[in-house]
Amino acid sequence: MTTQDLTPPTDARPGDKTLGEPIVVIDGVQKYFGAHHVLKDVSLTVRRGEVVVICGRSGSGKSTLLRCVDQLETIDGGTIHAAGHLMGFREKNGKRIPLGDAQVARQQRDLGMVFQNFNLFPHISVIDNITLAPVRILKRNKAEARAEARTLLKRVGLPDKENAYPRQLSGGQQQRVAIARALAMQPKVMLFDEPTSALDPEMISEVLDVMVDLSRQGMTMIVVTHEMGFARAAADRVLLMHEGHIVEEAAPETFFNHPESEHTKLFLSKILAH
Amino acid sequence: MNWSWSYFFEYLTNGLMVEGAWTTIWLSVVSMVLGLGLGVIAAMMKMYGNRALRWIAEFYIWLFRGTPILIQLVIIYTGLPQLGIRLNVIESAILGLALNEGAYLAEIIRAGIMSVDKGQNDAARSVGMTWRERMWLVILPQATRTIIPPLGNQFNGMLKTTSLASVISMEELMRNAQMLAQIEFRVLEVYLVAALWYLLLVSIWSAIQVRIEAHYEKPFGPAAAVSPEAEKELAKAIEKAGPA
Repeated sequence: MTTQDLTPPTDARPGDKTLGEPIVVIDGVQKYFGAHHVLKDVSLTVRRGEVVVICGRSGSGKSTLLRCVDQLETIDGGTIHAAGHLMGFREKNGKRIPLGDAQVARQQRDLGMVFQNFNLFPHISVIDNITLAPVRILKRNKAEARAEARTLLKRVGLPDKENAYPRQLSGGQQQRVAIARALAMQPKVMLFDEPTSALDPEMISEVLDVMVDLSRQGMTMIVVTHEMGFARAAADRVLLMHEGHIVEEAAPETFFNHPESEHTKLFLSKILAH
Repeated sequence: MNWSWSYFFEYLTNGLMVEGAWTTIWLSVVSMVLGLGLGVIAAMMKMYGNRALRWIAEFYIWLFRGTPILIQLVIIYTGLPQLGIRLNVIESAILGLALNEGAYLAEIIRAGIMSVDKGQNDAARSVGMTWRERMWLVILPQATRTIIPPLGNQFNGMLKTTSLASVISMEELMRNAQMLAQIEFRVLEVYLVAALWYLLLVSIWSAIQVRIEAHYEKPFGPAAAVSPEAEKELAKAIEKAGPA
């Protein structure tokens, strides 16, 4: 990691909010799926409280990058530091040794992830979805965990759904429960993997509203999305990925109005055309 | 014709038959529970084990699904003593039935686990669950829903398969019927009564199975597919969209 990575982007909006120390540092990450080179030497530093939006065509590696940060995929090169952990490895005498299942799980608790397809646990009620990990994994007191879950449900606008099963909810409602489930672990960073891509258009805003709200409360967020409205409203930086590289990285204002990369211009022309 | 109603009714409530039926029930339950344990272990070894564990699980499944349960029981009870392994009748019957059942259940459990959406594993990992926690709290409870119907069929089969333990003199329903038949030679009456007992046990089990299936279907049930709220929202959205 060079010192250059630590300086905030020059075009960060001054006075908007003060960003903290680097909390996610991705350095030279390589990822292959078989012979397919998905992430090519990707580096990115995200500071505490920062909201970074990553966009790009499907297959550009943006979701894979997010999954690598959360250790849902193992990386083939480089390092990822997140929430104070060297993700997936420990260092011993300058050598990196892969962590076992339990230690990886411990690291993952500090990162929250929201998926395109919600992935709620369908066999248990909404409130059990939220309290399952705090109660069974963190051994939190059940009554306390339920009280907190109710607060979270209020926060995502679903105070009356605690006893519903996921199937009884609309997509937008399910995704908001999924956000509450992730928040219940009190993560230091929230990762969103195309959180609105599987939603009907009329349900997108209810999820984005929750996300904007979360960003205003100072949550560090990395969001893979094509919702440019969200990027304008909440992002500190917008990135474009293309064929496994980050090809553009700028504040929203610059990203949308004065993009440098031809890939960004082409991407924006396609996504803003309709 | 040599049919006797009086013998038939006598056998219906005969103490030996009632005892035999009770033995059939607990032998089935114990063998099924042990078989389920073996099946889960074998399925896990086959799906997640290293090469050696996988090989052991596959060999076990191949061996016990590939040979008749009758031979397995006879070998365990009358063959193993030659190697110095002496099991009594009850131990032999339970061991044989459980080993046989486990081999079939392993494949059912494996299919059940594979039926759970991959995203569930991602979600469980993202909240920091270890492999065991994911299995126990997320994957297996959902696999259960797929596993329960074939599992019920297996137990239905088990209730009747226990009759084979009569050949190693396990005193269950079939064996006790044989003993009564040898006393009074009312063969048709006594075996018909035995058959009726099996029908009764299987019927009771079927009623229980329906309830268990309903319990595990509840979160997924058709009634739960679309809530009134979701439906209202949908109607609102259609209205908002206006005429096409």
